[in-house]
Amino acid sequence: MAEQHVTGYRRPGGRAGIRNHVVILPVDDLSNAVCESVARTIPGTLALPHAYGRLQYGEDLELTFRTLAGMGANPNVAAAVVIGIEPNWTNRIVEEIARSGKPVEGFSIERFGDLKTLAAAARVAQHMLQEASELQREPIEREELTISIKCGESDTTTGLGSCPTVSQAVDRHVNSGGTIIFGETSELTGGEHLIAARCADEQVRRRFQAMYDAYIAEIESSGANLLGSQPTQGNIRGGLSTIEEKAMGNIAKTGTVPVVAALEPAVVPTRKGLNFMDSSSAAGEFITLMAAAGAVLHLFPTGQGNIVGNPLVPVIKITANPLTARTMAEHIDLDVSGLLWREYNLHEAGDRLMALIDRTINGRLTCAESLGHREFIITKLYRSA
Amino acid sequence: MSQSEAQAGEQVWAAASAPKFLIHNEGDAVAVAVQDVAPGEGEAVYMDSDRAVTIRATEAIPLGHKVALVDLEEGDEVIEYGVRIGVTRQPIQAGQHVHVHNIRSARWQNSM
Repeated sequence: MAEQHVTGYRRPGGRAGIRNHVVILPVDDLSNAVCESVARTIPGTLALPHAYGRLQYGEDLELTFRTLAGMGANPNVAAAVVIGIEPNWTNRIVEEIARSGKPVEGFSIERFGDLKTLAAAARVAQHMLQEASELQREPIEREELTISIKCGESDTTTGLGSCPTVSQAVDRHVNSGGTIIFGETSELTGGEHLIAARCADEQVRRRFQAMYDAYIAEIESSGANLLGSQPTQGNIRGGLSTIEEKAMGNIAKTGTVPVVAALEPAVVPTRKGLNFMDSSSAAGEFITLMAAAGAVLHLFPTGQGNIVGNPLVPVIKITANPLTARTMAEHIDLDVSGLLWREYNLHEAGDRLMALIDRTINGRLTCAESLGHREFIITKLYRSA
Repeated sequence: MSQSEAQAGEQVWAAASAPKFLIHNEGDAVAVAVQDVAPGEGEAVYMDSDRAVTIRATEAIPLGHKVALVDLEEGDEVIEYGVRIGVTRQPIQAGQHVHVHNIRSARWQNSM
């Protein structure tokens, strides 16, 4: 079969995106309202409201900054308007995004109010939207694309079908020179030794193990009972009995390639291949971290039917659960339940997923995009001052 | 009709040729039902070796739930995917439903 060609938008700095958004990005919760007003005034731009950005400090603040700047710098974004309550933190985000080379402009609300800010920001957003509308798709190489993977509302069909299907795509994308990011630190419990054994060298292995140990220590130090939280109620309903069983299904999607790096949350990978990122397993938080790290597409195996999306990153849902495929059809991009009944083999399921990935890269809207799922959830490390 | 009543009517019917269970690895202690299975004999297929065997469920096993392939004592390790996925809370006989009522995590003692 001839290699299918894929198209995308080349961004300054050599990265490539598969969507062409003009975003209106609030630095803080207070600025959500005016950002949404700008997006209503200039239809076609995309506001990215979120809950945080005030009185954070230390590592928690750095992660929020990295997440906001990473969203703006994501290759699926053509240009960004940044609005914050005051100019200092606003400028910091603007400067970070500007390093990607794309058009970005900042506005702050103090001494202007929402209405003057709206007028000024909308004028710039209009110009950016018109400029972005002239950008053309062009042929791109797969190795230019970062794809993230995470499953959700898992059940035993995830480990039997949808995760092994994603595994096929992971190996094929990495073999094409591309970058994959996985994570879900605590959901590796019971199989973390298998990931450690796949680390490319001793330094990566030590970093991975330290991240895993710290995450588990943090959970255990809370003294909380994880009963009914991990595995989730949905996991249990679907037949998963323990965190270890859930982890093995999770790991079944990571392919067979080596783990080349262990990244802090929301950090852009510098090495091609399979990257681990220290991260929560909550779907909205996870995909937001991936978007901030430059992922342009997400592969999401689900069992019982997680419906998550992201404002910037198309999320492809894959299920092997025939009941979910039928009862939640509007959320499922690829049904591989035939794997359970051995109607086709894993390689063939992989072929179907690769074909759908290509169509999605080339512009086909995912179920989550077409349903308007735009979960943008910043990972909060601790409470604000 | 309430939402839960509507859901109660949802059932999955596989082709007659489809296996009733899949087993991840040779040596695993459990098989996973890939359709709603009534008590009785059914075909199970090992995913790593493609070997097909006939197993017997002594209770109904819903889609996605597990059945024991061997007798297990209380406190025994439960092997699936070739690794320990938990320990038993009580003795389990081959053919019985295996889930949170009779196994628990070996790692997170506060969890299931």
